[in-house]
Amino acid sequence: MRPAAQRTPRIGEDSEALRARLRALWETTPGWRGWLTTVDHKQIGLRYIVTAFILLAIGGVESLAIRLQLAGPDLHLLTPEQYNQFFSTHGMTMIFLYASPILSGFSNYLWPLLLGSRDMAFPRLNAFSYWVYLAAALFLYAGFLIGAGPNDGWFNYVPYAEKPFNPGLNQDFYALGMVLLGISTTVGAANFIVTAAKMRAPGMSLDKLPIMIWGTLTASVANLLVVPAVSLAFFLLWLDRQFGGGFFRPELGGQPLLWQHLFWLFGHPWVYAIVLPAMGMASQGLPVFCRRELVGYAPIALSTVATMVIGFGVWVHHMFATGLPGLSLGFFSGASIIITLPSAIAVFAWLATIWNGRPVVTTAFRFFAAMILLFVIGGVSGFMTASVPVDWQLTDTYFVVAHLHYVLIGINLFPVIGATYFWFPKMTGRLMSERLGRWNFWTMFLGFNLGFLPMHLTGLLGMPRRVYTYPDGMGWDLLNLVTSIGSFLFAIGVVLFFVNVARSWRSGAPAGANPWDAATLEWSLPSPPPPYNFAVIPTIASRHPLWEDRLDGNSPRSALHRGMTLDTAREALAVTTLDAQPERIVEMPEDSWAPLALATGLALLFTGLLLKSWPAAAGGGLVSLAALVFWLWPRRQLLEREAPAHG
Amino acid sequence: MAEAMIATPGPLPVGPIGRAGLGWWGVAMLVVSEAALFGYLLFAYFYTGATSAPGWLLEPAPKMLPALPGTALLLASSGTAWWGEKGIEASRRGQVLAGFGITFLMGAVFAGLQLYEWSAKHFSFATSSYGSLYFVTTGIHMAHVVGGLIILAALFGWAAADYFSPRRRIAISAGVLYWHFVDAVWLFVFTTYYVTPYLGFGR
Repeated sequence: MRPAAQRTPRIGEDSEALRARLRALWETTPGWRGWLTTVDHKQIGLRYIVTAFILLAIGGVESLAIRLQLAGPDLHLLTPEQYNQFFSTHGMTMIFLYASPILSGFSNYLWPLLLGSRDMAFPRLNAFSYWVYLAAALFLYAGFLIGAGPNDGWFNYVPYAEKPFNPGLNQDFYALGMVLLGISTTVGAANFIVTAAKMRAPGMSLDKLPIMIWGTLTASVANLLVVPAVSLAFFLLWLDRQFGGGFFRPELGGQPLLWQHLFWLFGHPWVYAIVLPAMGMASQGLPVFCRRELVGYAPIALSTVATMVIGFGVWVHHMFATGLPGLSLGFFSGASIIITLPSAIAVFAWLATIWNGRPVVTTAFRFFAAMILLFVIGGVSGFMTASVPVDWQLTDTYFVVAHLHYVLIGINLFPVIGATYFWFPKMTGRLMSERLGRWNFWTMFLGFNLGFLPMHLTGLLGMPRRVYTYPDGMGWDLLNLVTSIGSFLFAIGVVLFFVNVARSWRSGAPAGANPWDAATLEWSLPSPPPPYNFAVIPTIASRHPLWEDRLDGNSPRSALHRGMTLDTAREALAVTTLDAQPERIVEMPEDSWAPLALATGLALLFTGLLLKSWPAAAGGGLVSLAALVFWLWPRRQLLEREAPAHG
Repeated sequence: MAEAMIATPGPLPVGPIGRAGLGWWGVAMLVVSEAALFGYLLFAYFYTGATSAPGWLLEPAPKMLPALPGTALLLASSGTAWWGEKGIEASRRGQVLAGFGITFLMGAVFAGLQLYEWSAKHFSFATSSYGSLYFVTTGIHMAHVVGGLIILAALFGWAAADYFSPRRRIAISAGVLYWHFVDAVWLFVFTTYYVTPYLGFGR
């Protein structure tokens, strides 16, 4: 008999017997095989988070070396070439290997739990995305470790990145590593978009999406569209360097500014892509500690999308000093000023949430609240440089460095650490220490502001960024010393965070399912959640399913303990995109070797390209092709293939 | 206390039916991202051309032979791929195999014409920025054609092994969607490199 093409899902109660059946269906095999083949979004999310935090620590150590070198005038701790590699690798690490992957990690872990789903839309793609990220990080750091790290700043302008000025392998490591990393980001973005569109609990129409989803979804749409720009730019650079291409070389009729356009066409939407999801996490956590709903859900969701839409039209503000026509400067300056409006909407909505709530001041709350302040400071300094004449004064000075650190540390790292305090109990079943958390927060907060607030002044006094040292008597000595002291204090704060994580993971107080008395679906699950997430598929009636009894009077209630069981195979529910009506039962893939095999093949391919070892490259290409064919081979288990009519 | 509303759907489709399934969405995402990639490639062409002095075009009047027939062939192959997909909808395996077999041949002939055209150019990749852009853009497109041919061959083999039925055929629909993209995006590449010089761009 062919299996039926349709089935009416059985409705049942949550029960121990049901949970045992689901566990048998969903659990990853224990041991190293399971570790290498798992497609569980929670395991993958945790790997992303741990890897990104390790890279944060590495990038942090690099920044401390930079700050030691700059602590006083005429120091020679690092040679100029070492300094170039340290600040470039620091930027690459923090922006590409920490700031974006950490958000992918949280979203990977949290999305299905927030959405009421049993997994992401493409679990194997999810595993692949992590393995490629890991491979790209190892690839990029292999260059640094053999003394061939990026040395031309994270945005890597030509002509200095071209072969005549940069004959080593540095730029080839960077270029190919970034193309590899782009694969991970792109497939991850595709997975998030389809997951948000299809893999939700019934009833969770678009207006009931948890607010965090809007941040990551918007960022994912941007990533899908703009990552190809930077992958292309780096690919063309590699062709210029290794095969005599003329893309960026004026002597061959090429255009050096093309690099800047392609890079910032990607780069500016990207800076929103690495803050919007973090803002989303803050929007998700802040109201819980304010003991009320988020003020302005719809304006925040719309302003998130609006920021991104306008964000596609601001890239030239990185290029105001390159001699572009005045009309173009005017347009991009205008767009860069207008983009502060949606950001301001979010800020006022958060403030109103705190103002109208009864805040419970936890460590997570402190980090989220600090984000608002730091976002305003970083936003205002960005708003200033959106004005062309001001930018002409400030570009390539430490003012810009101060601005971008306020933005990236303020709206990425602070909310990420807040989110860790908030969701750590869900991920591990244990609470982080609040006592150590207070020390952690105040050390980071004071250290950060001590380090980076004076840096605005350093820039206003004219200190250019990226110089490896400076002479005495320029008026920059004290400011730089203060910044260095602040950075070390900040680093101590980050260490306290890691200590808190390590200790609490082993011996923190048991958390229970909902330690913060929060409103969204993930808190209805045990901590940590079981492999199948939801024993019965919940039905959603509001944005705050766990607060309905308090807030909603006689409105219909979400159903969390009774619903579709989908317990005869590894199955999940797909819904219609707008109003989340049940649409389809989806067979989910088992654990698989294909993602790791494909990532390994690609890593070998890129290593072959780097060394111009064509047999290695061809071997890597063949392994990748074989892995892809195996992956995409139509499977009966996934109903991609017709079962025989008889038998 | 208010009533809990439990979704109790009637019969739901199980797994992908026809082209409706998550796999089709996945390939659609791939197509969007790849379309953006070609957008940036063409941006690079127009930007470099617009900011260069006259004489930048190494081929101010691109020859239409064999590019134009090649283009027509590739576009027509979208039609044969569509016809092959129609075959599985009607359970006509012969039509599937014929459709994908012919599509494969047409794609292969297009690739052959393109290789001939590359060899007949009087400039190379390293001649100038125009040469670099021409070869990398058509080269990346060629890589997509080769990828599409591999997909067509796989679909042909799976169809020959009787894997699919009118309802279980998501791989066919997703693969054909990719092939349509490979064909459609060529139209933009062709227009950019072969038609806009006649309209005065870059001359």
